[in-house]
Amino acid sequence: MLDRTIIAILISAVAFVTVYAITPSLIKVLTKKNMVVKDYNKEVATMVARPGGPSILAGILASEFTLYAFFPSTAVLAIIITTSFAFLVGFADDRKVLGGWFKPLALAASALPIILLGAYEPHLAFPLFGSVKIPELYLALIIFIIPVMGNTINSIDVLNGVASGFMTIASFALTICLVIVHNYDVALASLPLGFVSLAFYKYHKVPSKIFPGDSGALTLGAMYGTLSIVGHVEIIAAIALLPAVINSFLFLSSVKRIIEHRQIKANPVVHTEDFKLMASTDKSAPVTLVRLILANGPLTEKQVGFVIFKLALFSAALAIITSFMMGIKL
Amino acid sequence: MRGIPIFFYVFVMWLLIIAGGALIVPIIAHISIQGFGKLDNLIDSAVKAGIAIMLVVIWILIMSKIKNWIFHKQISH
Repeated sequence: MLDRTIIAILISAVAFVTVYAITPSLIKVLTKKNMVVKDYNKEVATMVARPGGPSILAGILASEFTLYAFFPSTAVLAIIITTSFAFLVGFADDRKVLGGWFKPLALAASALPIILLGAYEPHLAFPLFGSVKIPELYLALIIFIIPVMGNTINSIDVLNGVASGFMTIASFALTICLVIVHNYDVALASLPLGFVSLAFYKYHKVPSKIFPGDSGALTLGAMYGTLSIVGHVEIIAAIALLPAVINSFLFLSSVKRIIEHRQIKANPVVHTEDFKLMASTDKSAPVTLVRLILANGPLTEKQVGFVIFKLALFSAALAIITSFMMGIKL
Repeated sequence: MRGIPIFFYVFVMWLLIIAGGALIVPIIAHISIQGFGKLDNLIDSAVKAGIAIMLVVIWILIMSKIKNWIFHKQISH
């Protein structure tokens, strides 16, 4: 137990310090190479460096390889390989705009190492009612989870600091849940995700100095998805992510097809004269989480972010309650 | 507090997930198809997949109805 505690402190520090130290240099390099995008929610024209995925991946790899050196396991290997593949998919999309279906398919392929390494158990555990064994069906579920989790995090990356802040809350909640269900090894492997997100939030919060881009968001989402599979906490992980799931659900049910956010013709959010965010009155604009938050009146970007964080904390609490319910059988 | 209907929606989603377990575990866990030789596993999985997909579709329809009910004012706005 003492070994685990020391390793937990070590890999958390490696994850946090790597991202915290590398990101300022990455911002300089990206700015120098003119890899910047406009921040549309700022009154004064502001260009922000993108993507921050490389520093996020560096933090994850540095900490997970450290963990692997002490506790080699197929679960950690699956996390490293799947997350790296998801980063490559996102980075390709950051460099060159890819079609709407390319990302889900490429992310589905990223999930294959989990299957090939056998880093899963084909049981789906439900609170109160036990688990169900679904050998063949579970393989389809693995292929499904990685693209869904990746794109869910990507879809919530709409305002300064939201994706990284949301991920910080969700991943620390997942670590607590994994401890509650006594899966200490995967709990250990999940710690870097929270600390990487937290360190990146320092530069991503309002006003952003860097955006994660697709490479950052997909890396975070794919790692979260892989942890849910190798940790056998698929349902709990989905619950901690509910506000982001709702965002994707609202978006898909209003546009009724899989498209990229940049393909939307009517923006769901517009600006007031003092540059607060306001829900669009355009009926053709998609319904999103941010648009619903703004339905009762305009808010600043920071205020909207905090409402999303409160929702994340609420779902994190529900996820923790659910993990306690896993120990109860009706 | 801002976004109370959204908190309520998250809570309803959570309850539906728990209720989903109550349907999936007793139904799917007890299915065991035999008599097709080597195809037993394949047919067994296909039937389970069919039931799971049906339950997911029902879940999405329920969520959609609840969404329209909770956010009626906001969406029409």
